[in-house]
Amino acid sequence: MEILGNLELGFATALSPENLIFCFVGVLLGTLVGVLPGIGPTATIAMLLPLTFGFPPVTSLIMLAGIYYGAQYGGSTTAILINLPGESSSAVTAIDGHEMAKRGRAGAALATAALGSFFAGTVGTLVLVLFAPPLAQVALSFGPPEYFSLVVLGLIASIALARGSPTKALGMIVLGLLLGTVGQDIYTGTPRFTFGARELYSGINFVSVAVGVFGVAEILRNLENEPTRSVVVSKVKELMLTRADLRRIVAPVLRGTGLGAVLGVLPGGGHILASFASYSLEKRVSKQPATFGHGAIEGVAGPESANNAAAQTSFIPLLTLGLPAHPVMALMVGAFIIQGITPGPNVVIEEPALFWGLVVSMWIGNLMLVMLNLPLIRIWVKMLTIPYRVLFPAIVAFACIGVYALEQNAFHVYAVAFFGILGYVLVKLGCEPAPLLLGFVLGPLLEEHLRRAMIISRGDPTIFVTRPISAVLLAAAVLALAVAVLPAIRKKREVVFQEEP
Amino acid sequence: MRGAPKDILSGLIFIAFGLAFAAGATSYQIGTPVQMGPGYFPLVTGGLLGVLGAIVVVQGFLAKEAEPVGGIPRRALLLIVGAILVFGVTVKGLGLLPALFVAVFMSAFASERARINVAAVIATGLTALCYLVFVVLLNLRLPLFGPWLRF
Repeated sequence: MEILGNLELGFATALSPENLIFCFVGVLLGTLVGVLPGIGPTATIAMLLPLTFGFPPVTSLIMLAGIYYGAQYGGSTTAILINLPGESSSAVTAIDGHEMAKRGRAGAALATAALGSFFAGTVGTLVLVLFAPPLAQVALSFGPPEYFSLVVLGLIASIALARGSPTKALGMIVLGLLLGTVGQDIYTGTPRFTFGARELYSGINFVSVAVGVFGVAEILRNLENEPTRSVVVSKVKELMLTRADLRRIVAPVLRGTGLGAVLGVLPGGGHILASFASYSLEKRVSKQPATFGHGAIEGVAGPESANNAAAQTSFIPLLTLGLPAHPVMALMVGAFIIQGITPGPNVVIEEPALFWGLVVSMWIGNLMLVMLNLPLIRIWVKMLTIPYRVLFPAIVAFACIGVYALEQNAFHVYAVAFFGILGYVLVKLGCEPAPLLLGFVLGPLLEEHLRRAMIISRGDPTIFVTRPISAVLLAAAVLALAVAVLPAIRKKREVVFQEEP
Repeated sequence: MRGAPKDILSGLIFIAFGLAFAAGATSYQIGTPVQMGPGYFPLVTGGLLGVLGAIVVVQGFLAKEAEPVGGIPRRALLLIVGAILVFGVTVKGLGLLPALFVAVFMSAFASERARINVAAVIATGLTALCYLVFVVLLNLRLPLFGPWLRF
């Protein structure tokens, strides 16, 4: 019954006119950046974050979260219509979704994606409602050693799920940790690596890092081979599904939702893994696996449900443990901190209106997305005709304003230029930027908990393995590292990621 | 060069950053494991990054198949980064709108197919759009025109 009371509080918060409007703005923006290739939710949230300073905390978080899951919806639209996944998680949707579109069934594919996503989003939200509060209770008993091990696990797990060389991903994490040490030392107040710049006393601003690494570097990457987009958009008609279609998608949607809800909790882009995993699962259980790749509706229903369920459940580690599962969640950590709230188990208890309001708003946002996406599909398609040479100056403009608005200090703007170049060079050399941002955000936490744990244990490092919860978390981290490094398992992982397009 | 240049170069970058941070850390108090000073954590992590970088370099030399690094879009790099820097330098003096106009105008030329009139249209349109979104809708309080433009 407690849950009902909490949900009531959530609805009361989420349905206030201001929050409804910003939830709408969030999902609208999210769909837009999801549709537009070349700009993702990470860069968008980073650029808009400084502008939400003046908002009440819950409103700001509702809008930023809306951008994130809205982008999952938008990404599938372009994947289906023009075989251009706006988001990496919808790459799988493009395989069969675009085939369906080519056969004149674009409408059915879009409807499947939207309905599957909505169902999965609802279940994902429900999972969040049921599991987050008890998990937060557990987390409340964590001391510094447990937190240290938890952060280690979170960081390591993000490489297990990242593509490419695990050593490089590990390097990016550690580089992130080092960048996170810039600024005043928490215990002694000694300014570290600040080169006398006052702006660096409170650390490198994570908005500058995120905008540089995910926004500017991405533009440079795209301009290597400037996209000459000639959009051939399939005609969309008949948004209704036939009875036969409905019967075919029920099971894949259910399986995808389950898979996504579980994998979404994993650190490091569980939603991408979830959609790939769901696709291979559907292909395996299908009675006609040969139809996959040729417009099998199951190949749209499963992965789309999976990535949306995962998008919702990836909020669980953030809201219960304060541990971001991927870069977007790392930015949400920043959003919490800017609002003066430490993300973690305390949020559920001390800020119930915020927690439940945010959770309920996600369900409302999902509802808005279904209503928004299907009727407005023609408008989204129009957006695709915006040429890239207009789009990237817009990103530059938004980045400049967003970062300058932080503290009205040009220093942060220069930092964007620096991290844009650094990010571009590293991405070009095959290093993924996501672990860098995670390491950067979690670095100060890792250091603080390490130091506190060592004070508690009087310098005995075995404290991390003699405390049971900490030992389990570290064992899981070792396991995750083994998964990432061992060649046999690695090969299997590559197979999962490279399911023939 | 033998091996995979991408790995070797990224490994070298890691080593450079690792050593720089570790060296910098020694100028702060290191402390003991019980009472870690401000230099302890950066020293250890810097060393770790150096080791990881070395592993990546070795892996690069041992790699059998090597992907080339590929060309760098020099024009885009110069103009995009330049535009951001120009915005930073001028935003205080010129004010938000003129600085934005200049930055967008400049960045538009990063495209190989940029034309001066198209760039002007893009810059005008985007400046207007930003004014509408950020100043009118989001109520952002920044000086729109700066002291350099006041006579």
